[in-house]
Amino acid sequence: MSGSNRPLSPHLQVYRPQLTSVLSITHRATGVVLSAGTILLVWWIVAAASGEEYFNLIKEIMSSWFGLIVLLGFSWAVFYHLCNGIRHLFWDAGYGFELDTAYKSGWATVAGSFVLTGIAWAIGLLS
Amino acid sequence: MAEFTLPANSKVKIGDTHKGPDDAGDIRAFKVYRYDPDSNETPRLDTYEIDLDDCGPMVLDALIKIKDQVDTSLTFRRSCREGICGSCAMNIDGTNTLACLKPIDEVRGDVKIYPLPHMEVIKDLVPDLSTAYAQLESVEPWLKTKTPPPPDTERLQSIDERAKLDGMWECVLCFSCSTSCPSYWWNGERYLGPAVLLQAYRWIADSRDEYTGERLDNLEDPFRLYRCHTIMNCTKTCPKGLNPAKAIAEIKKMIVMRQ
Repeated sequence: MSGSNRPLSPHLQVYRPQLTSVLSITHRATGVVLSAGTILLVWWIVAAASGEEYFNLIKEIMSSWFGLIVLLGFSWAVFYHLCNGIRHLFWDAGYGFELDTAYKSGWATVAGSFVLTGIAWAIGLLS
Repeated sequence: MAEFTLPANSKVKIGDTHKGPDDAGDIRAFKVYRYDPDSNETPRLDTYEIDLDDCGPMVLDALIKIKDQVDTSLTFRRSCREGICGSCAMNIDGTNTLACLKPIDEVRGDVKIYPLPHMEVIKDLVPDLSTAYAQLESVEPWLKTKTPPPPDTERLQSIDERAKLDGMWECVLCFSCSTSCPSYWWNGERYLGPAVLLQAYRWIADSRDEYTGERLDNLEDPFRLYRCHTIMNCTKTCPKGLNPAKAIAEIKKMIVMRQ
């Protein structure tokens, strides 16, 4: 820019968090979590391939309270990213840009991510 | 790379407090960003206590009252005071809007006023818009034609064709939307931002314009257009109720469809 000593006006520091921006940054954050979670998945498959002993160790780590919290977070990230990804597909096709529609789809994404996570865990824990 | 914190010369410190009159009926504190380029000081947040019983209803009314009666050094842009000129765009109560269209009673608690976010500040509430104006110029926001005009009439447009421009011609170029967009904050020198892209689409969508292909060519770029990640802060904040996010989506769609 001008190379002057002019200050930069505050941005993140003052801008009010709102559904639009919060869901967007959450989409990116869950995308990062998915990458990390994929490594976890690979680790688990490698463990399964390397024998019963190692596989049982992983199983133990995963079913500890810490492992369960990680899995819960990972599964929620999967469903959030999925729901919001579908929202993005509609946007890419040019639909859902009216502000009230965008807010409804936004809250539906939030609700959907929790409901799907709940269903997945219910199936996982009850079966 | 995006810088999420403010540089040292931009950190805002607590400034002066200007007490309101003792006999005031309805005192409200206005906390206003101040920066004086002639001093060597960093920006500060001054507090002005204003009697709302003796003030117009809009935030701009309060700013004008402060400048007239409390502190003549307070600097801000304003002209029409009715949402037509786009001059008084600023960040009020955490979102960008026109001060003249923002009722004070929509704000709960102290009224915090900052310049448009992530811009170089010239003085107080006046940001440097030269980059944004240069970006606007880069999309050539005027009618461009290849065929000669009809000899005895204007270039005509049907009612339906004209209706496609509704929601775009109303833009007053206040840049509230562009400066609400995190993508524009982090890539503002290469990403054109929602205000300029809305203007670009205004001419792409114009049935009389004959440079649609060239206009799309100019926009088909990872930064100029595709830094838009459909965050939708732009549409959320537009003081005129327009939808830059949708206009950008239409541009993206046209680029896909022509392949």
